[in-house]
Amino acid sequence: MAQAKPTDPMLSIRNLHAGVEGREILRGVDLEVRAGEVHAVMGPNGSGKSTLAQVLAGHPAYRVTAGEVLYEGRSLLDLPPEQRARAGVFLAFQYPVEIPGVSNAQFLKSALNELRTHRGLEELDAMEFLQVLRERMKLVEMDASFTSRPVNEGFSGGEKKRNEILQLAVLEPRLAILDETDSGLDIDALRVVANGINRLRRPDNAMILVTHYQRLLNYVTPDHVHVLSAGRIVRSGGKELALELEAKGYDWLQDGAEGPVTAIRQ
Amino acid sequence: MTTVATRTTTESFLTAFDRLERERAPADPAWLRAARRAAIARVAERGLPSARDEDWKYTAIAPIEATRFDLTGEAPVARSTAGALDPFLFGDASRHRLVFVQGRYSASLSAADGRSDGSRVGSLADALSADGKSLSPELLNGDAETGDAWPALNLAFWQDGALVEIPAGVVVDRPIHLLFLTAGGDPGSMTHPRSLVVLGRGSQATVIETYAAISGGTYLTNPVTRLIVGEGATLIHQRIELESGQAFHVGRTEAQQGRDSRLNSTAVFFGGRIARQDVRVRLEAEGAESALQGLYVLGGRQHVDINTVVDHAKPHGTSRQLYKGVLDGRARGVFSGRVIVRPGAQKTDAYQSNKNLLLSEGVEADSKPQLEIFADDVKCSHGAADGQLAADALFYLRSRGLGEAEARALLTYGFASEVLGRIPLEPVRARLDALLRARLAGGRVNEEAA
Repeated sequence: MAQAKPTDPMLSIRNLHAGVEGREILRGVDLEVRAGEVHAVMGPNGSGKSTLAQVLAGHPAYRVTAGEVLYEGRSLLDLPPEQRARAGVFLAFQYPVEIPGVSNAQFLKSALNELRTHRGLEELDAMEFLQVLRERMKLVEMDASFTSRPVNEGFSGGEKKRNEILQLAVLEPRLAILDETDSGLDIDALRVVANGINRLRRPDNAMILVTHYQRLLNYVTPDHVHVLSAGRIVRSGGKELALELEAKGYDWLQDGAEGPVTAIRQ
Repeated sequence: MTTVATRTTTESFLTAFDRLERERAPADPAWLRAARRAAIARVAERGLPSARDEDWKYTAIAPIEATRFDLTGEAPVARSTAGALDPFLFGDASRHRLVFVQGRYSASLSAADGRSDGSRVGSLADALSADGKSLSPELLNGDAETGDAWPALNLAFWQDGALVEIPAGVVVDRPIHLLFLTAGGDPGSMTHPRSLVVLGRGSQATVIETYAAISGGTYLTNPVTRLIVGEGATLIHQRIELESGQAFHVGRTEAQQGRDSRLNSTAVFFGGRIARQDVRVRLEAEGAESALQGLYVLGGRQHVDINTVVDHAKPHGTSRQLYKGVLDGRARGVFSGRVIVRPGAQKTDAYQSNKNLLLSEGVEADSKPQLEIFADDVKCSHGAADGQLAADALFYLRSRGLGEAEARALLTYGFASEVLGRIPLEPVRARLDALLRARLAGGRVNEEAA
């Protein structure tokens, strides 16, 4: 387990309430994430996992009704999605979007150069970028043909997820939120994705793995596991909590959630 | 003294024609004079098209009628220098070029590579005056009975244009670039370039047509280009419309395809206040293949109207049409596409698609597909769709750090680039790609970057 430094957390979510189309989905989420940590947020369907991911990335359809999110000391919720990305927040989408007519390379080059500009670095030219891209593609075992193919168009489910991890590898965010990146993957793709995640773990970045299943955690060992149920974190623990969930399912927690629940704060 | 009226009506054209007939040196061969007279008679009979004509339902020519034009083409030809060509050239792909300024061939701006393969590439007027008999009236005039007043006006008034004639079996690697430049003014000039491209049996060529402004302002270009693609021949045709923002463009492309011939034709519309293109493709023999694609990217109050008729006369023909529009501001895009499959044209495979991306609420897209099928063993389909930028795609791009304007620009580019991707000529594709990006910079259609 990574040793949390006695510094401020990278991300603090406090009493977050949010919803979509007038429906409240998150009902008071509290979570702290420090640099170097990997957190798994687990929970049954409809518990609010994806909403949490989308709210952190700034999806305009979601409305925050209460609470706050501090990222590196400043309020994340006031920023439009692109400024969150430029500040180092990355969301790997559960359902990556197809962008017809725009090649993967072109898209990634635009995104990387945008981020570099905001970090005060020089833009990469086409050759330099291609070098970076090729190297990172090896990490997710992607074929070179993916550079020229339109973003996610005609990609299989597994290819789309790998492409998200490729973007993660190229853009090198400080905080990555992976929304069910493991769902719909066969065992080989899961291994590739997990490998990529493990190799991108660094002391100065953090990851939140949002997942329904425990199986990704066979490959990626989280520092903390949280259970989200009915819009709140109802249980937090170490990696062994995931195994317990695998054995018992979520029902025992949902039953418990009807009574007062004290989240175990790390 | 030029013929200038405050308004431009059918009557103005008839008057101008009479004067030209009287004053023009009797250089035209008799067959051409007869064809011109028949054409102007048709104009007199039918008048300029109006909204009452089904094919002009969505395009009002009132702004043209309200403009003063020099109809007889006697105004001095604008001077142009080689430097003025630069923005419209495609590097090496334009080394072989015919340049027309205000409808007249400019030998000094043109550049031809000498060929010993029997090809003829040059000014049509020059070819006519050198040896009128060497031109086929049938090929030059075409089926002059069809069409509305505009192609008839072209036939009645044309002064020059390009002649491209490739003999059987000859493969011309280097593209032939036809560049039609016009300067705006008051009265605006009105030109009617007529070009004839004839590909002999088994030959191959690439022809680029560019219509552009030397300087802004009002004028009207009414070109007719006839493409005769012989048996087993392959023609790659590229049409680029970059007229000034105040200009009118009413053009027509007529193609006749022989057995097993192939035509790949791409039209791009960036400029003009009103731009219209009629495309008439006739697959006259078995096994002909046509790929027609078009892209219009419009802002402000620009108006583009594309009217295609693909006529499958014989069996085993294939046609593919893909027309896409990006509309912003208060622009309007009209696409009417008719596919005819004649009796006996079995195994025809025809597809047509028109898609519009609507970037603002003030735009209008009209799409009118028509299939007329008189054979029973065919595969014909069409599709039309209008849409806006997808919110989930915008969010996806923004979540990667692209600003809203850039995200819009990239998505719009992605939509439009499908058409450019089908251009076989790399330098042309690259140039149009850059033009498209400039035109979409900032996430809106930027009219200046035409």
